[in-house]
Amino acid sequence: MNEAPTRWQRIRESDITHSFLSSPGAMIAAAITVACILTAFLAPLIAPFDPFDPAQISLWDGKLPPAWAEGGQPQYLLGTDNQGRDMLSTILYGGRLSIIVGLAAVALGMVLGVMLGVISGYVGGTADAVIMRIADVQLTIPGILLAILINGIGRAALPLDMREEFAIYVVIIAIGLTDWPQFARVARGATLVEANKEYVQAARVIGLPSWLIMVRHVLPNTLRPVLVIATIGLALAIISEATLSFLGQGIPPTTPSLGTLIRVGNEYLFSGLWWITFFPAIALVVLVFAVNLLGDWMRDALNPKLR
Amino acid sequence: MFTFILKRLGQSVLVMAVVSAISFSLFNFVGDPVNNMVGQDATREQRLEIREALGLDDPITTQYARFMGNALQGEFGLSYRIKQPVDELILARLPATLELVFVSALIALVIGIGLGVYTGIRRKSWVSRTILSTSLIGVSLPTFIIGISLIYIFAVWLRWLPSSGRSGTVELGWWKTSFLTIDGWRSIILPAITLSLFQLTLILRLVRAEMLEVMRTDFIKFARARGLSERAINFTHALRNTLVPVITIIGLNIGGLIAFSVITETVFQWPGTGLMFIQAVDFVDVPIMAAYLVFVALLFVAINLVVDILYMFVDPRIRLGD
Repeated sequence: MNEAPTRWQRIRESDITHSFLSSPGAMIAAAITVACILTAFLAPLIAPFDPFDPAQISLWDGKLPPAWAEGGQPQYLLGTDNQGRDMLSTILYGGRLSIIVGLAAVALGMVLGVMLGVISGYVGGTADAVIMRIADVQLTIPGILLAILINGIGRAALPLDMREEFAIYVVIIAIGLTDWPQFARVARGATLVEANKEYVQAARVIGLPSWLIMVRHVLPNTLRPVLVIATIGLALAIISEATLSFLGQGIPPTTPSLGTLIRVGNEYLFSGLWWITFFPAIALVVLVFAVNLLGDWMRDALNPKLR
Repeated sequence: MFTFILKRLGQSVLVMAVVSAISFSLFNFVGDPVNNMVGQDATREQRLEIREALGLDDPITTQYARFMGNALQGEFGLSYRIKQPVDELILARLPATLELVFVSALIALVIGIGLGVYTGIRRKSWVSRTILSTSLIGVSLPTFIIGISLIYIFAVWLRWLPSSGRSGTVELGWWKTSFLTIDGWRSIILPAITLSLFQLTLILRLVRAEMLEVMRTDFIKFARARGLSERAINFTHALRNTLVPVITIIGLNIGGLIAFSVITETVFQWPGTGLMFIQAVDFVDVPIMAAYLVFVALLFVAINLVVDILYMFVDPRIRLGD
């Protein structure tokens, strides 16, 4: 008779899967995003060289053009940078760092924002007013400026010799603190809708404590819209990290991210060594573009109003 | 209406109080101010003397009151690195930033509205489609990548324009302007384009969307029925009605221009306030950082206040609602 569909069947027959399979743009974007994330995380396995191993780097091989250009060498497919590091390998490792920082920053902003948003929506009253006012004020300041300011204060607060070591955490915190209001707004909106539903009222009647209702019943139902914001937020976070690093305020050149690579390469642009900055820039643009497209599709697919 | 303005004003004061408290705490938590003023070989007595002179032994509340008193008069002390008053340094750098923002806003407005109207009227032509899809790419490119691309194309490859710096300035009193020489214009054009692109796209899309909206309304159909010329309909009837949201967006986006000017100024080594802040962070020049923080906050609070009040005059619904 009518058996309950398995979880896999439910996923396969859901309208989101359907929307995904009928949108070639979304599939390409997802494929590129997954490919970027995979290559980034597998960097130690697939990169031809280890850019952090001094034994594999020789200054004699510095500033070599890509393999197909005149003077290029076949083992360095995309050429080498000023220190003789293989560009392809540094880009793979750099992309990994960019993605990790982006994910961590979004996770921080998400946890903070969703927590404050659910509290704001469920508790209401003064807590709601205060949290949402702070969010409003913060939203009037462009995110990237705020990230630069917070990051600047964080950097300046560290002793000089600890700056490089902790730069990555400062960047993550700066970007995370910048993007929480978006999450708070969305989570609050979803909470307001959920809080009036019967199952929440039922839970309240049983006498469950507020925090348990918030965590176990309201929170999971706010996650759909939060996921959309998180995807778009990931693209923004990766751009923010790259911008900070490009300004010399982010990840140090010893363990470069994509932004740092572009910054270092930019100094050699005038001497015609275009590949040191060009390939990391392309990698960054492709990554951000794919994540953005994915986010756009998700926003449309998960928005009940557009269906 | 009066209470609305008062409420907003109160909020602004609160924001400024918080920001000034943060910038005040910078002095105490970031580095040792005495070490920043004297050399490594200063004696203990000299250090104590400076502590005394700076008033660092006073209670924290007294120090905060003093900081606020000075800040209200625009004084933030001497830069640790350059040893000049911070307010003078900022004032000297301000014209560079303001001129850059002004030229960018102009580019964004003129081209943005122009292309927005065009794509709104001829929405099916391939030119419009090309403009729209190009603009989408423009939005997703990070500012600094646009900047270095322009430098590579116009400065390194074609050698038409200078790659960085602000040359050809003329002094009008304390205001150094780029507008009076060809060299000045040549050096401002690339950074201004870089800074304007994002806003240009926003304005373009907004004007286009509003045009499409207005074109569907009854009064446009009626104007057509009256036999008015296309030109009169497009410009006097349609465009005028799209301008209200455009004005607000532009107001709010002046803040965005100033935010991104930090990046643009660093890419082009443009000697404005944004570049000064970035350099101050590198040298832990706390007075400059604190002053810049307060300056930016003030700017945003002022812009938001003005836009809110303007909005209230333009849209009576807000006046009644609050």
